[in-house]
Amino acid sequence: MERPLKMDKMPKWADVVLIPVISLILAAILSALVIVAIGEDPVEAVNLMVTGALGSTYGWGYTLYYATNFMFTGLAVAVAFHARMFNIGGEGQAMLGGLGVAMVCLYVPWPHWSLALLAACAGAMIFGAAWAAVPAYLQAKRGSHIVITTIMFNFIAAAVLNYMLVNVMRPQGSMDPASARFPEAVHLPTLHELLAPIGISFSKAAPANVTLLVAILACFVVWALIWRTRLGYEIRAYGHSETGALYAGISPVKITMIAMLISGALAGLMATNNVMGEAERLVLNSTEGAGFIGIAVALMGRSHPFGVFLAAILFGFLYQGGAELALWTSIPRELIVVIQALVILFTGALDNMVRMPLEKMFLAMRKGKA
Amino acid sequence: MDFLTIIQVLDSTVRLATPLLLACLAGLYSERAGIFDIGLEGKMLMAAFFSAAVAAVSGSVWLGLLAGIASSLVLSGLHGLASITFRGNQLISGVAINFLAAGMTVLIAQDWFKQGGRTPSLFAGGRFEPINFPFAEALSGVPILGPIYSELLSGHSILVYLAFLAVPGTWWVLYRTRFGLRLRAVGENPAAVDTAGVSVVGLRYAAVAICGVLCGIAGAYLATALQAGFVKDMTAGRGFIALAALIFAKWRPWQAMWACLLFGLLQAIALRFQNIDLGGVVIPVQVMDALPYILTVVILAGFVGKAIPPRAGGEPYVKER
Repeated sequence: MERPLKMDKMPKWADVVLIPVISLILAAILSALVIVAIGEDPVEAVNLMVTGALGSTYGWGYTLYYATNFMFTGLAVAVAFHARMFNIGGEGQAMLGGLGVAMVCLYVPWPHWSLALLAACAGAMIFGAAWAAVPAYLQAKRGSHIVITTIMFNFIAAAVLNYMLVNVMRPQGSMDPASARFPEAVHLPTLHELLAPIGISFSKAAPANVTLLVAILACFVVWALIWRTRLGYEIRAYGHSETGALYAGISPVKITMIAMLISGALAGLMATNNVMGEAERLVLNSTEGAGFIGIAVALMGRSHPFGVFLAAILFGFLYQGGAELALWTSIPRELIVVIQALVILFTGALDNMVRMPLEKMFLAMRKGKA
Repeated sequence: MDFLTIIQVLDSTVRLATPLLLACLAGLYSERAGIFDIGLEGKMLMAAFFSAAVAAVSGSVWLGLLAGIASSLVLSGLHGLASITFRGNQLISGVAINFLAAGMTVLIAQDWFKQGGRTPSLFAGGRFEPINFPFAEALSGVPILGPIYSELLSGHSILVYLAFLAVPGTWWVLYRTRFGLRLRAVGENPAAVDTAGVSVVGLRYAAVAICGVLCGIAGAYLATALQAGFVKDMTAGRGFIALAALIFAKWRPWQAMWACLLFGLLQAIALRFQNIDLGGVVIPVQVMDALPYILTVVILAGFVGKAIPPRAGGEPYVKER
């Protein structure tokens, strides 16, 4: 987020690859120590996680399902980062996206899933963007801190969703605060159904579905937007220097609004995966914290769509592996929350702790050569 | 609604406002010194766990309180290290601390007690008991004043009184001591403080440490006074409501108390009545849940008096500049 200016102290590859990798190693070492402290074997734990998450198509199916969620939320945080904004509201925006998806799926009779998916994407993006619009407007026009307003909007979103599910969308006679099940016609094909015709057998039970392709497409679109369009250039320019952007005739209000709307739309899109692709109905707390994991994913991926893609798969692996660990050992699932915290800490907050010694090292090497 | 119901709702308002108030004052010290802290939630949660765990094992609630404060201080130190020493992003550091606490508490609780991420229930000695004022029982029969004295004012745990005493205390420290003047100055213009020969780093660490102590007390209150033991995620967003109250109060101590009482009242009403019927218009309980956050956004938007944070808030101080 706050990187530029000192770029030339280090070669670019060190900034893009070395620092995230060192941060990840530090997080891994600390996590291993935590596992040792609980009295379990970290090597055994890693083995379990790898076989559980990557050892079968069932494991891969879950890993990719989680990764799809994290790609959307990671991209959402990354786009806001480029405009030097911290959108902590991905969770709320994804919740509202779920509401949009549920309305599209429940109240319109769709003839085919592909049309339904297109409409659901639109619904999710509109609802997610709308939920980001108010904080964005307040930041742009009234200078209210976007971090605080988006946090507040997460809680308001939870209340809105709670109200909608309990009082409006709950079917008659049901006690469960959840919407009705979506009709069969909007069922999205899973990876099993997609891969079977071309002769690849993939686990039937795993929830990974066609929205994985939507997420990958989103990565490409965001890359093209940020690095290949005028708007993307303006967003990055604004992120580097607000005054500089102002002198270049870039409107801060416009960029703040657009960047946050894109960010909210991306977070909302996550609902096509978890609500439409997996649960096939809207439930309370359907996002399960994926909006926050987007922060770790964007930091780890250095706000680059390809980095986000890799980091999302890494976190998908951690999530599925963590679930397997909780199943077979006494290590609870919350270990993943700790790992997530450590990744955010090292790649985000303690970035300078890793960076400063490395910069010194590279400077010394350069001097040695000269 | 009769008089006794009102007294009972106000009584639970005081109980529910206490953790908010402690956390809010904690945030006040930190943010007035220029260190944003969205990790109040995490520090409270960590303190709630360690206070309950130590109280359960040792049987002494005071040892529990100390353990809670110590654990909260460790996280404060981490926040200080990231945001003061390494000049990292204070908001990201806060997010990390919240997740660290959410994960570590359950992890350790499961390892120590094997009860699904909770501590054993606390019994006498492991909890802060209510303090009954003299003659509370005898005076409860007096109309109006009797219930106010015996129900509303008397019968809270010592931490409640401590929290409310911390309000004038904070006011005095902030506005009547040299330390307070410097603390406020370091949040507005650290360069000026530095020029005057006072350590910016030292002051900010002091502020973050005070924040840790107060968050520790808030967490201990949750687990050992308001409830009897730790359960997973028991802070339930209180750290963020405290943050909202801090903005609502525009970073001032007395106003912070009123804001916390207001938000405590909303919680008390939501707890006691589910949906509120106001002459045909039903206010759903979710509105009460969301109201603190909505009010904060309105205040932040500056439509009802502008909330201006300390000017140097969130900015790491670089000496060489």
